[in-house]
Amino acid sequence: MSNHAAIDVIVSEVVEVNSLIKRFHFKRRDGGHLPAFSGGAHIVIEMQDGEQLRRTPYSLMSSPLDTSDYQCSIRRDDEGRGGSLYMHREVKPGMAMKISPPANLFALDLRARKHLMIAGGIGITPFLAQSSQLERTGGEYELHYGVRSAQLGAYLDVLQERLQHRLHTYYDDQQQSIDFDELLSTQPAGTHLYVCGPTPMIDKVLNTARGAGWPESHIHFEHFAKASPGEPFTAELSASGVTVEVGREQSLLEAIEAAGIEAPYLCRGGACGQCETRVLDCDGELLHEDHWLEDDERSAGEKIMPCVSRFKGKRLVLER
Amino acid sequence: MGSTASLPTFKDGTYRDDFSFRNSPESVLRAPFPFDKDEYMYAVNMELHKDGRPGTAYEQPIDVDEHYLAEMRDRALVLDEDPLRCQSLPHMEMAGWDTLELLMECKANSYPDSFSLERDGDQWHWINRPMGIDQRFTFGDATTLPYGPLEYITRQAQGDFVVLDERANNLWMDAGMVTTQADWSLDFDIGMNFFEWHAPVPLAHEKGIFERAIKYLLAVQQSNPARRLNWTMTVNPRLDTSPENYHQWGPENTHITPENVADKLFLRIELQSFWRLPRSNAILFPIRCYFLSMRDLSTVPKWAKRMHRVLNTLPPELSSYKGLDNFRGTAVDWLAQFDDGSPTTPGPFPD
Amino acid sequence: MSTVQYADFKSRPFYGVLKPASAVAHLIVAEGEGAQAVMDLIAKAPADFASKATLLYAEGPYVSENSRSQALRELGFARFHTSATAAAAVPRLHGALDRLRMGTEVYLTGNESALSLFVKACTEAGLDYQGLQTEHRGSLARRMQCVHCKGITEDVTTQPAECAHCGLLLLVRDHYSRRIGAFQGVNINAEDPSDVPPKEEIFR
Repeated sequence: MSNHAAIDVIVSEVVEVNSLIKRFHFKRRDGGHLPAFSGGAHIVIEMQDGEQLRRTPYSLMSSPLDTSDYQCSIRRDDEGRGGSLYMHREVKPGMAMKISPPANLFALDLRARKHLMIAGGIGITPFLAQSSQLERTGGEYELHYGVRSAQLGAYLDVLQERLQHRLHTYYDDQQQSIDFDELLSTQPAGTHLYVCGPTPMIDKVLNTARGAGWPESHIHFEHFAKASPGEPFTAELSASGVTVEVGREQSLLEAIEAAGIEAPYLCRGGACGQCETRVLDCDGELLHEDHWLEDDERSAGEKIMPCVSRFKGKRLVLER
Repeated sequence: MGSTASLPTFKDGTYRDDFSFRNSPESVLRAPFPFDKDEYMYAVNMELHKDGRPGTAYEQPIDVDEHYLAEMRDRALVLDEDPLRCQSLPHMEMAGWDTLELLMECKANSYPDSFSLERDGDQWHWINRPMGIDQRFTFGDATTLPYGPLEYITRQAQGDFVVLDERANNLWMDAGMVTTQADWSLDFDIGMNFFEWHAPVPLAHEKGIFERAIKYLLAVQQSNPARRLNWTMTVNPRLDTSPENYHQWGPENTHITPENVADKLFLRIELQSFWRLPRSNAILFPIRCYFLSMRDLSTVPKWAKRMHRVLNTLPPELSSYKGLDNFRGTAVDWLAQFDDGSPTTPGPFPD
Repeated sequence: MSTVQYADFKSRPFYGVLKPASAVAHLIVAEGEGAQAVMDLIAKAPADFASKATLLYAEGPYVSENSRSQALRELGFARFHTSATAAAAVPRLHGALDRLRMGTEVYLTGNESALSLFVKACTEAGLDYQGLQTEHRGSLARRMQCVHCKGITEDVTTQPAECAHCGLLLLVRDHYSRRIGAFQGVNINAEDPSDVPPKEEIFR
């Protein structure tokens, strides 16, 4: 489904959380309440960066039960395509923006006997919302949070107050790390595992859990690839009869949208499968960056996820 | 949508015993006739649920019609006899509150003369004038309502309501209010996933219908509901054709004769819609039933003609699955008088 | 009500073959002829497998200590308990599940009725059924829930079959509820009660 009904919002507050992270507050322009959501949900923020329209997903970190505003914490990524840089440099209180309604690809399994949450760095944001939710509805949970240092550990104070003994913090600069083997072999039956953070950490947790015999259905992770910048390329869209140029800082999906062609999307992070597009002709190499396609689908070269993946070569024709 | 409407005068029909249910002529014309072509096969006939066509059942997002009170009386009778028709697995409480909010908001927005909702934080005040209900309660606190939130609001809303939990790229039927069903059991199916509860449907699995349908449904997002139509046929306007009491209504399937087919056999239309619920991330799946007798259909020349053709060409597996074998021939014979063989116009709406 | 039956009926449980998993510990629940599936599992497993495993074995009714239990006992399980029947093993299974930790692989084997009971107990303890290993051994006799009176009839071998509670003659469908742990039975001759189809012994 592509035609999301965008919500007109005003940036009501911008807070510097630490030297890398800013928190943005959004209120409805018409003064009403924003839609309720579930912990783990994200919104897609539209950024009109000069000529270029970016749409980037960020987790909602505020309480799902407080719909007077939405809050997102965004870590500045100096190597990225510029979405976080735009937010950090250009977005000021009072600015009008558009956001999508919330969607959740990292929801709690509410049947769980216990929720075991593991966060690394900025991966804490969905857990801030989920812990607010569980505080209200009840449910056993604990959070293991790895940070670089006390200074760069965002929201440690909030979490300490909210979770108390259920919060376990690990500081890199004190050579502390989570003992995943121990943690994942001592959980009661019916526990569900949630992990969000840097890719190496997610991979380590998933490998440990699978190796220890955790069934897939009890494992949940938020693995948003961020679209990376890359060499410009050209794509022909057969159904629309249009050829688009994809710029260095632009994703293929954004280039398709910039040509006025409506394409489905949900997560814009290579995780949900909605934007999957058939490749009709490819003289060159598909640079897959998603977490959606299976290995055999990648090697077959017949599908691409245009929200994060790119192309290098002479000719690319898509069924779009 | 966005425009409001006023409710018609309510009718007093029954859906059991003397079966005094009758449509007014206006009620026939506004029905969501399910056939846009002269033959029928399964398809992923999903579309966005918006841009309501004035004067039709699509006009408001949650339709209330002249049979509202009669249908709610029938639901109460079913629940008195069999409380298992409304169930909710323990993790679905939040989805029940989401459902309550959605139905109250929709009704109050669409029919402000009949329904109103005032919210002050979690202190809510709901008025349902047609049913004479004036309820103050605390949103999120089930002890402030006479029933759980799902049962409370679906005792005041036409059609069945199934609540689907989303997990592992699948949808799980984990709660529901089901008293107007076409022969399936919530008590048996609760807890099943999308593919499991559709297991008895022939042909559609092989055609990949359900794989495509679930991909569409998982993408349904807040503020973007979707809908589709389904249909079967029922002898007598009996809303509660449940497997639970099949041994009671089953014999009626053999009672259709050329003399009574016009008034005793009904096209049973299901307007199904799909709504993403905000706090639970579940999907609400209302299944609203509309009845048109064969005589009702005959008042709309295009519909009578098309119904004749659809029944005549229906694949035998579908006829058997839908339970039409006992009376399909009789219906085709009666409808033949309205079919001159001329082409029908495209789309489902009357000419 | 359709009488059409399909080979791959989507709600009907399908069973595999037990395979030793990489896990911290193992819980094996077996009934009757499932003993052989346990033997086959052990034969494929690393040497220390049994020492990390608990086995609950329901040997079948009216058997005190049969040769199957004897053979299983000799495999050296860390914990080994016997029960008379699958139903009698369920309370003990609930107890084992209460103490279970994530990372314990669960293996279930036995006849269709026993598997229904074991899977139901596991899902009630919060385990997702998709994480359970199952292997069918022995009878295909079904647990059947009468959709009309809700009573469950055990060891149904015929089609159609009588409900042991309300007496209606029921078509035993392939439609299966994991929550109830039973196949669905629906009155077969509602449209004409004088039409009584003959019973055939088909679930054996």
